[in-house]
Amino acid sequence: MARIESEIGKPQGGFMKWIDDRFPFTETMRYHATEYYASKNFNWWYIFGVLAMVVLVIQLVTGIFLTMNYKPSAEDAFASVEYIMRDVEWGWLIRYMHSTGASFFFIVVYLHMFRAMLYGSYKKPRELIWIIGMLIFFVLMAEAFAGYLLPWGNMSYWGAQVIISLFGAIPFVGEALVEIIRGDYSISDITLNRFFALHVIALPLALIALVFVHIVALHEVGSNNPDGVEIKEHKGPDGKPLDGIAFHPYHTSKDLVGIVVFMMVFSAVMFFSPDMGGYFLEHANFEPANLTATPEHIAPVWYFTPYYAILRAVPDKLWGAILMAGAVLLPLFLPWLDRSRVKSIRYRGWIYKVALGLFALSFIVLGWLGLQPAEGLYVQMARVCSVIYFLFFILMPYYTTIDKTKPVPDRVVYHG
Amino acid sequence: MSEADVDRNRRHFLTIATAVTGGAGIALAAIPFLSSLKPSARAQALGAPVEVPLGTLEPGEMVRVLWRGKLVFVVRRSQEMLDRLGKAVDFLRDPNSEEVGMQPEYAANEYRSVKPEYLVVEGSCTHLGCAPLAQFEVGPAEDWFGGFFCPCHGSRFDLAGRVYKGVPAPTNLRVPPYRYIQDDVIMIGAESGGA
Repeated sequence: MARIESEIGKPQGGFMKWIDDRFPFTETMRYHATEYYASKNFNWWYIFGVLAMVVLVIQLVTGIFLTMNYKPSAEDAFASVEYIMRDVEWGWLIRYMHSTGASFFFIVVYLHMFRAMLYGSYKKPRELIWIIGMLIFFVLMAEAFAGYLLPWGNMSYWGAQVIISLFGAIPFVGEALVEIIRGDYSISDITLNRFFALHVIALPLALIALVFVHIVALHEVGSNNPDGVEIKEHKGPDGKPLDGIAFHPYHTSKDLVGIVVFMMVFSAVMFFSPDMGGYFLEHANFEPANLTATPEHIAPVWYFTPYYAILRAVPDKLWGAILMAGAVLLPLFLPWLDRSRVKSIRYRGWIYKVALGLFALSFIVLGWLGLQPAEGLYVQMARVCSVIYFLFFILMPYYTTIDKTKPVPDRVVYHG
Repeated sequence: MSEADVDRNRRHFLTIATAVTGGAGIALAAIPFLSSLKPSARAQALGAPVEVPLGTLEPGEMVRVLWRGKLVFVVRRSQEMLDRLGKAVDFLRDPNSEEVGMQPEYAANEYRSVKPEYLVVEGSCTHLGCAPLAQFEVGPAEDWFGGFFCPCHGSRFDLAGRVYKGVPAPTNLRVPPYRYIQDDVIMIGAESGGA
């Protein structure tokens, strides 16, 4: 290992020097990999950032190949997806990889975000990393939503109808905005065509650019760790953080193990249950869009259901839309809502632990409720969970101030 | 040129002027791109009026037609159904169709239609656009005298497409512009009103 490090670090002649005189290759490799020091006490929560990148690559590659056979028109879209599934060699595999990838993208990203909340990774000096990450999340939601219309199934059509109609709730400009989003008086071939453009060009470009900025910002301030200790504050005589190890080869080789485990789970779903019992691919979407009949039970794909449940919990169009948007946007302000002196949950008091637990629980229950019909007890439960969800953020400045914290060690420690 | 020779005011003015000109250029260049997102000439042309013959409709029967890609319900209401409209009034948010823009003026009456017998409404829930289901029978709920029920989020409308109180849909179902071109044929989307 040390051999690789010293070789890359050495000033060289020959080919690499020729390159480095023209492009900062060695310098970049050092800055971002071989001499980027991340804490040595990472636990398994720290795998999800890498996994998100892996899924991004899966989605980009499978997406490119799907585009080669998919036709973005109301007339042909559904049939071209069937064609990919039945007539294109391995087409079914590529499509299932893409549809499974969409769900796994959200699983991985939600866990990645929860990790940040566990260990206070959004707190100073990492506020900007968190905000960029939230922007990635917003673009990812738009990307997933646009992609869901493309198969032009009945759930694609009516799901898009519901979500686009949400913008109509905005006072004054709403109706005009809806017309501009659709490009027509209803969701049509024109809408499908522009959603295709957004899904395959505009949003992926934005996603890649934001991921790049996310990582540049991360490498500027350095990764957090499960202890929430700033490893840069304790450097050895060589100027390297005492608790850090080089990202490459140490973290990369460890991450490979995580990637292999992830791929096993991913493959199991993709090969044995690509529709996940209707959660990853909704059954109403196996029939083409029918403009005259809404599916009896309309629900978005699972990754949007927590927000959808909040929307339905409010018996008013405008307020429903406002609270739903609020639920999506509120985490942006976490770095300033959280007044605690410590970052990691390991050194926080019981109040934050309870609050975070209730928040996670309410989010999961909301996700389940969003899949149930909007009636009776379900709506009451959604209201309770929505209140918990919002109180977690609104009361945060208060309870993080009074919460008794434990002393944080100077250096990282190992637990178990 | 040394620093002392720099006319800061002039430099400042030029910086601002350049930025403003460039900004105006970008704003103007954005117009064609944003305009291209609006419904195209073809989309507008396809939004042409559609003719619906009413002769074959039995009392209590409904047909679904598409106008501008939007679902439109045409219901022939029996006298008994029309009588039920009065009973629902107390439970409705806007029983007198006072919300402007949800119906043409000629349909802003107690039946929300040109001829009382025939109801023409867009089959698009004013909440989030799902297609409501026709449930013309009375009950079992005490306040239900027949109408439209949206399966997505539980909004309810009476037999004139008037919205109930306490449901997420904010307004009555929209009545599209239409007119009678013959005694038993309507043209949906034709603006010049009146029977």
